[in-house]
Amino acid sequence: MSKQIPFVDYLVLGDKPHLVANECTGCGARFFDRRNACASCFGTLFKKVDIVTEGELRAFSIVTFAAPGVKVPFVSAIVDCGGTSVRCTLTNVEPSPEHVKLGMKVRLALVPVGADDEGTEAINYGFEPA
Amino acid sequence: MASDDIWILGIKMTKFGKHPDKDIVDLASEAAMAALADGGVTMKDIGILAAGNLMGGGGVGQQIQKQIGQTGIPVYNVSNACATGATALRTAIMAVKAGEVDMGLAVGVEKLAGAGLLGAGGKAKSDKKVYEPKGRYGAVGSVDGRIGTDSMPGVFAQVGMEYGHKYGGASFELFAKISEKNHAHSTLNPLAAYTKRMTLEEIMNDVMIAYPNTRSMCSANCDGAAAAVVVSGAKLKTLSLEQQRRAIKVKASVLTTDPWQEACQVLPDVNTLTKNAARIAYEQAGVGPNDLDLVELHDCFATAELVHYDNLGLCEEGGAADFFMSGASWRDGKTPVNVSGGLESKGHPIAATGIANIWEVCHHLRGEAGDRQIEGAKVGLAHVIGLGSACGIHILEKSGL
Repeated sequence: MSKQIPFVDYLVLGDKPHLVANECTGCGARFFDRRNACASCFGTLFKKVDIVTEGELRAFSIVTFAAPGVKVPFVSAIVDCGGTSVRCTLTNVEPSPEHVKLGMKVRLALVPVGADDEGTEAINYGFEPA
Repeated sequence: MASDDIWILGIKMTKFGKHPDKDIVDLASEAAMAALADGGVTMKDIGILAAGNLMGGGGVGQQIQKQIGQTGIPVYNVSNACATGATALRTAIMAVKAGEVDMGLAVGVEKLAGAGLLGAGGKAKSDKKVYEPKGRYGAVGSVDGRIGTDSMPGVFAQVGMEYGHKYGGASFELFAKISEKNHAHSTLNPLAAYTKRMTLEEIMNDVMIAYPNTRSMCSANCDGAAAAVVVSGAKLKTLSLEQQRRAIKVKASVLTTDPWQEACQVLPDVNTLTKNAARIAYEQAGVGPNDLDLVELHDCFATAELVHYDNLGLCEEGGAADFFMSGASWRDGKTPVNVSGGLESKGHPIAATGIANIWEVCHHLRGEAGDRQIEGAKVGLAHVIGLGSACGIHILEKSGL
């Protein structure tokens, strides 16, 4: 079987795929990227925390016009995962206002991106209707 | 007039639109010379030049000097996303306020006609042949489209939808109606890039860019420049009565950035910094939202205009949809908003925008706005926001003379 890698480093693959954040040990602010200091309280100590895999759709846009090479249409969304906001593209849903509703329940899903020249397959995350 | 007050002595914008025969230096020089003439002064009187430009490659201030007058004064080249023009103006204001100079010139210029989609980049997105984690998220490929959107129409669509989710009442039709208002207003503005009145149906059936923003609900990329001369109250007292009568008082000049909020890492928070800037500006000016005779706010997309009604305190918290539906922001309403046509029709040559909206307000306060004059206008507010983020707010008042 070919090797699989996460599309971004804050996605953990395996039996229970989930997202991880760097949480400030001082104030609890969460960041998906690395920070030199906490943007909220300037603390410099962080710990890894798992993000719940179910959430609620807080905002979206159905993008029909994008930079060359970006497949359209797609649904860009902001999902509230138990108090942590996550940016994502929705998957397994018709990209139309009739099918995408603010407040709808969604859950983390894996989206294969394809393999590189060495056969390594990148796996991305998205969210799908729960 | 108090000696430590700051005034706008002269101000002008070029026609916004396509200027294929002019480069950014030509456009900026045209605006700068017109602002100097409007204020009845020359480059000899100017002690500092602040020049704003985002996409041109830097150093535009010195290039402008070579066209309009090299006097050896300091130049500050500023770049602050869509708040670049307001930042240039504020730089000149701070220099005058600090007492280093008694007169300053601020210029903002951009050439964007035909620039296409902003934010997402014009280059084709392609992935490496062998995956290699890159950047602060360790991504092995381009995230645009795969993890949400990088495009401005999409980002600001989400901003409007988020407001709708929180407070209700924000539909595709409502956002389109905001655009209908601004396109209607633009018909009275000869300097706007587009002056065509559009029906609600035309707007809703226009090419969809990022739901719920159709093409006519997006700011128009175009070319343009604007410039302003600012002067201290002490210096203004020495000038002619006519100059004093036409001068516009800067009641508040504020620049903020976005303080940390839970979701700001995934969706830029354009609200908190605007609310903060508005609160500080109203305090500085000693006026409230009800005192404003007109407002030019940053309608980079129809979805953005809605949230800024709330952020600027023009309505009760959560009441932006009702505020708009009451007709309040139409030019004959309680608080006319974007009587210039706004960025959706006047156009949005990025670095020029933050001075051009101040020109619009000054034009009305001076009673010189012709067909689109808001009668009896005494106090107005101009707002811009640049993603990243920066927010500039200026409150302006007519001279009492």
